[in-house]
This record gives sequence, C-alpha cells and structure tokens, in this order.
Amino acid sequence: MSVPRNWRLQQQRYCLVGEICEKCGAKIFPPRDVCPECEAPAQTPFAFSGRGEVYSYSTVYHPPRGFEEFAPYTVALVRLEEGPLVTAQLTDVDADQVRIGMPVEMVTRKVQGGGEEGAIVYGYKFRPAIRPTA
Amino acid sequence: MRDVAIIGVGQTKVGEHWDVSLRHLALEAVQAAMTDAGVTRTDALYVGNMLSGELAGQEHLGALVADFAGLRGIEAFKIEAACGSGAAALRMGYVAVAGGLADIVIVVGVEKMTDALGPDTTMALAMAADGDYEAAQGLSFVAINALLMRRYMHEYGYSHQDFAPFAVNAHHNAMNNPHAMFRFPVTAERFARAKMICDPINLLDSSPICDGAAAVVLAPADAARTLSAAPIRIVASAVGTDTLAVHDRRDPLVLEGAALSTRRAYEQAGVGPEDIDLFELHDAFSIMAALSLEAAGFADKGQGLRLALDGEIGIDGRIPVATMGGLKARGHPVGATGVYQVVEVVQQLRGLAGANQVPNARLGMAQNIGGSGATVITHILERMED
Repeated sequence: MSVPRNWRLQQQRYCLVGEICEKCGAKIFPPRDVCPECEAPAQTPFAFSGRGEVYSYSTVYHPPRGFEEFAPYTVALVRLEEGPLVTAQLTDVDADQVRIGMPVEMVTRKVQGGGEEGAIVYGYKFRPAIRPTA
Repeated sequence: MRDVAIIGVGQTKVGEHWDVSLRHLALEAVQAAMTDAGVTRTDALYVGNMLSGELAGQEHLGALVADFAGLRGIEAFKIEAACGSGAAALRMGYVAVAGGLADIVIVVGVEKMTDALGPDTTMALAMAADGDYEAAQGLSFVAINALLMRRYMHEYGYSHQDFAPFAVNAHHNAMNNPHAMFRFPVTAERFARAKMICDPINLLDSSPICDGAAAVVLAPADAARTLSAAPIRIVASAVGTDTLAVHDRRDPLVLEGAALSTRRAYEQAGVGPEDIDLFELHDAFSIMAALSLEAAGFADKGQGLRLALDGEIGIDGRIPVATMGGLKARGHPVGATGVYQVVEVVQQLRGLAGANQVPNARLGMAQNIGGSGATVITHILERMED
C-alpha cells in the first residue's frame, strides 16, 4: 500500500478511532460517516477501548504478496466490547491456544514489512488480554 | 421490457491452460456460443472478468475480445464485480436486450489465473474484500471464508467432516462433465485427510485456481423460437448487494445480499424455492454452499449443511446443486464462473446434461457471488415449451 493511503488511516490504525452516531448512539468501526443502524450522518470521532473477544479465527499459511515474512499468522474477527467486529491479526499467542470467546486487547505492531524499499506499516493487532481493566 | 432468451452457449474446458492466452480463451467460448446460436454478428459484447489487469497486465477487454473475435466495431465493455463478474456481464446483456437497446448480445466470462505466482494470485483475489480493513490486515480471501466456516461450526455444532458431502457431490458430478477440471471422485475419507490450507478450510473445501471462458448469446424471446431449436427463457435476473467486509455485517452468518437477490428473482419469476429443479450455487468454499442454500430459502439458518448431510443435494435429491461439478470441481475461473453456471443450467433445461441430467428439469437457478457476499446475482431460467 502507498504511504499516503496508510497515512490517511493513522487514527484507525494506531488509536482505533471510529465514530459515534449522535442520533442513535451506535458506535461505528471502521468509520463510514453514515450510521449503518439509522442512516443518519455520523462523523463524531469515538476512540474504542481496544478490548474485545475472539468471534472467529484462522491461520494463514499462504499469505498474499507483502505478508510472506509473517506466515504463518493467526487472523481473527474480534467483537469489540462496544459492539463492532474488527478484522485483525492476533499476536503474542500460539495458534492452538486461540479459542472463540477468548478476551483480547489491541496492541500496535508491524503489519507489513515493506521489503527493501517500501515503508514499514504499523497497525493494530490483538493479543490475549493482560492489561487490568479500569 | 421484453422477455429475453438464451439461444446459444459455449464453454472451454476449465483447467491450467499454459498454452492458451486470455484472448484465445475468450475467442473459443465466443465462437462456440455463436455457432450454437447460429449467428455471425451481434449488436454488443459484454465481457465478465475480474483479474485481467492484475494478473495479465491487460484491461480494456471489451474492445480487445470484440476485435479478436471478428466483431470489431460493435459495442463492447468489460464488467467487473469480483467473482460475480460473469453473472454481472450477463445481467448487463439482459438489460440491453430487455430494454430494446440491442437485439443479439453475446456475453462472455473469461479468466486467466494460472500465469501468475501464488502470492500474487492470492493478493489479487483478496481485492474482492475490503482493501483498507480486511486485505490490509493480511487476510487472504480463503482466510475470510475460514472465519465464517469456524463460526458456523461453533454456532451450530457441526464438525469439519460434516462439510464433506459438498465436495463428494461436486466431484461425483464433474466426472461426467467433459469441461470440468477435476474429473475424479472424492470420498468422505479423502476429504478428512485433505491438506489444511487455512484452518478449518482444507484443500477439498476449496475451489481451484484455474483458467476458462464461457459464453451465452441472448435474443428477444419472441424472436428466439425462429433463431434456436431450444431457446431458454430468462425469467428472472436480479442483483443484491451487501457490505464488502464481513465485519460490517449485522450477522456474518447471513448472506443478506444473497437473500435480497434471490427474493427479487423469485418475485420476478413468480416462483418460490419449492419450484426450482436445480440450483447452480456459488460453492467457492463449502461454507459458501451452506450459506447460499440458507439465503435462497432452501434451508433455515444453520440448516444448509443438514440438507447436504441428508443427501438432498444430489441429482435425485430435493435440490440438486453443482450438477456439472460446481465451482469446486468444474473449477472457478473467477470472472467466468457466473457464465459457466448459466451455461450448465441451459444444458440441464435442454435435456443435454447426459448422465447428470436432472429428470424433467424445467426451472433452473444460477447464483454468482462477488466477494464474501457483497454482490450477488441470481438468474432463473425456464425451458420454453412448444
């Protein structure tokens, strides 16, 4: 992916910033500017806690171009505690330890290496929850 | 709106065509369909294709194929809707003829996937998903389906082995299809031992990467009788859409786009699932076959797999699927698949499906899915009685 394309997504990638609908209160990630629940405009930023649980998971052995150096890696749909699902990699965990319903939390990790000339891309991954909840 | 009929079909064998280029594949299918229809000229050509830009470095397929097929000068475009590109091209051909803007239209779906290396093909296929929020996280298209399959097993208590009947049925039917890629049987035992590619999806849950082209010729139904000995009427052509990303769906295990598309198709045709004699569904992965059966009203939520386990998807079952091998065993040259499905429904309705003939097939449905369910195109075809 090009540098500007990643740069545009930095609030999402580093801080899990989505949106909240002022009309119906729906919390939205990824941001889409129109509430998927009530179709009202929804552009108020909302930072998600990063806590959630595994909704489903799998392990990628045959990665797309650009992700070879990480294979095999575990991917998941994570149900955030505020409601939305997020697609992301899991990290700091063996594939055979992952279970549906496992509590996880967001961390920032290298997502793409960039090769010899490309930019390294950082973003969210999820690891088994170890931070104390407030 | 005019009624539209299919007056000719053609297809290449699906496989690894190292010695054949994309344009030659398209040409072979176009020529076969035009010969079958007995026409030498058409008003327009619509090309269904997903990956030519990414894998062959070639876009602009409309004019390219028109020129190469000896149709230089006619209206021609490429139409893209990921793995649903083939049926999307047919949909546009249908719109042109139904709307009276063209009389004879040829639709060809073509894909050339085997020239590229694995990681490049994997990356290209992932473009059917959300680029910023699925593919950018390193998910392959297989992985997205694996997430759905694991959740389905978890929610409804199925084992992986319960999915075996889809592969067994598809391979069984492909043995009698000379155009199919995999003409060998698969047993449940072999399914259990198949190589894992993206847990829980194994090799026999998955359709293959391959090359192929298929084509149909369309005409107004009232003219079709004089043009063709066995015209097939398109009684429904409908599209439904959904979010590209699975995570944006209210319930990832419900294909809303497919439900919308089929509901619209049933309404147009004035029929229900109980009237459909065969269903060429989009079994790119066995989980997609199960979810498609549910979305199309053949089974309740979580029960699509039960239909397969109960032996109801075979040629003599309640709803035969993948009657010529499906995506699993005929093969899934992505942008061509939607046209292959329709060609096969036409074969069934003409009574030319050989050993795989569904007895007394009168009404057949084909459903082509782009991405993990974001674009779903359904066609219902009917034999025109004399």
